Amino acid sequence: MLAKRIIPCLDVADGRVKKGVNFVNLTDVGDPVAIAAAYQQQGADELVFLDIFATNEHRQTMADIVEQVSAQVFMPLTIGGGISSVTDMQRLLKAGADKISINSAAVANPALITAGAEKFGNQCIVVAIDTAWDAQAQQYRVYTHGGQQATDLDAIAWAKAVVARGAGELLVTSMDRDGTKAGFDTDLYQALGAAVNVPIIASGGAGNLADFETVFQQSPVDGALAASVFHYGELTISEVKHALAAKGVVVR
Amino acid sequence: MFAIVDYDTGNTRNLKKAFDYLQVPTTLTADPKVLNQADAVILPGVGAFAAAMQALNDRQLVPVLQQLGQAGKPMLGICLGMQLLFQSSSEYGDHAGLGLLKGQVAAIPTNLGVKVPQMGWNQNNVQQLNSPFAAIDGQFTYFVHSYYAVSPADQIVATVDHGIAIPSIVQRQNVVGMQFHPEKSGQVGLQQLATFKEMVMANDFSSN
Repeated sequence: MLAKRIIPCLDVADGRVKKGVNFVNLTDVGDPVAIAAAYQQQGADELVFLDIFATNEHRQTMADIVEQVSAQVFMPLTIGGGISSVTDMQRLLKAGADKISINSAAVANPALITAGAEKFGNQCIVVAIDTAWDAQAQQYRVYTHGGQQATDLDAIAWAKAVVARGAGELLVTSMDRDGTKAGFDTDLYQALGAAVNVPIIASGGAGNLADFETVFQQSPVDGALAASVFHYGELTISEVKHALAAKGVVVR
Repeated sequence: MFAIVDYDTGNTRNLKKAFDYLQVPTTLTADPKVLNQADAVILPGVGAFAAAMQALNDRQLVPVLQQLGQAGKPMLGICLGMQLLFQSSSEYGDHAGLGLLKGQVAAIPTNLGVKVPQMGWNQNNVQQLNSPFAAIDGQFTYFVHSYYAVSPADQIVATVDHGIAIPSIVQRQNVVGMQFHPEKSGQVGLQQLATFKEMVMANDFSSN
């Protein structure tokens, strides 16, 4: 049986990990390789790197980072942030990435999903969806550009559409919960799980051990992603996994 | 020196990085002479079975690999590379493989309540306790695949449960296959590669 995945997310700019990461005595707190290695040590199942500037120049820097991390850290690496062409994808995959995450570019150009899936396989293409509940419309609305731009898309319908186009996995962030530490939006993930049959990664709202237990017990997600609780050492990945195992959730 | 077969497949460089990390010298090559001189041949692979066999054919590597495998050269196929070692596959038609392992490659059933592709970390159950690979028992490794090997039991060293028992390590004498990605399976994956290296160095494949 597949283990539920616990995934730290690292924001990268100028070749450095942003958001202070201080869970271990890193001599260089922004070094992507050292941080990735520390997370591997803690038992992370996968790492997501997000390029927060995502210009062409930064994408080369990101490829260099992936090259270095994949020489020292042996687990799946997902790269996202500003990737808008098959050429961008190829460069990152060649550098050692396993999966490519696309968000705004998928909304702007849905054919990119299919182009990537046809060239590299569905398992390579992760579509990231940022969404918030729209009480008036009674739907989860999709946002792009780091949550800055509202679209007309309903997140559940969009999830089905991207899977039909070849997305092999969904990384879905609840903007309502992101940064609140109020727990994952299990309603959202239940609705998504009923709509699609690809792995779903929950993101946004992780605050304590119970939040991880709840999302896996009350929704059909395959993984849970978090940033600050891990980066600031509020929780370690091994703590989370012990708590999950105690509740009967299969973890590595 | 281990030769990693270079035929335009995806995970070659990550695999090389894992061997580099283990300080095992490797070379990427499609040259029969280099393959012949190598201590072991590593066959990587991602993508579709037929396309990979075609890519090997284009480089005239099919008879080379078959002869080396039959002559006792240690071989390790990884992911699709493992599947290519079998006799045939039913992925998009019926296609012949290298035939160094007995059995066929078939689609993972989709009616068992599991997601296909199998993508993620699964727990190994060792079937041959005397195997040098037996340390993998109970350990998780990383899988990405939609097809699996239907193999005689005597070739199956370890399995994982994904609706059905899926062979994760197979071996027939000098020919070894790993369905998971050892280069993406953390310490456990590196350990399995190191075990293979030790078997090559000791020239001992007698466990199977």
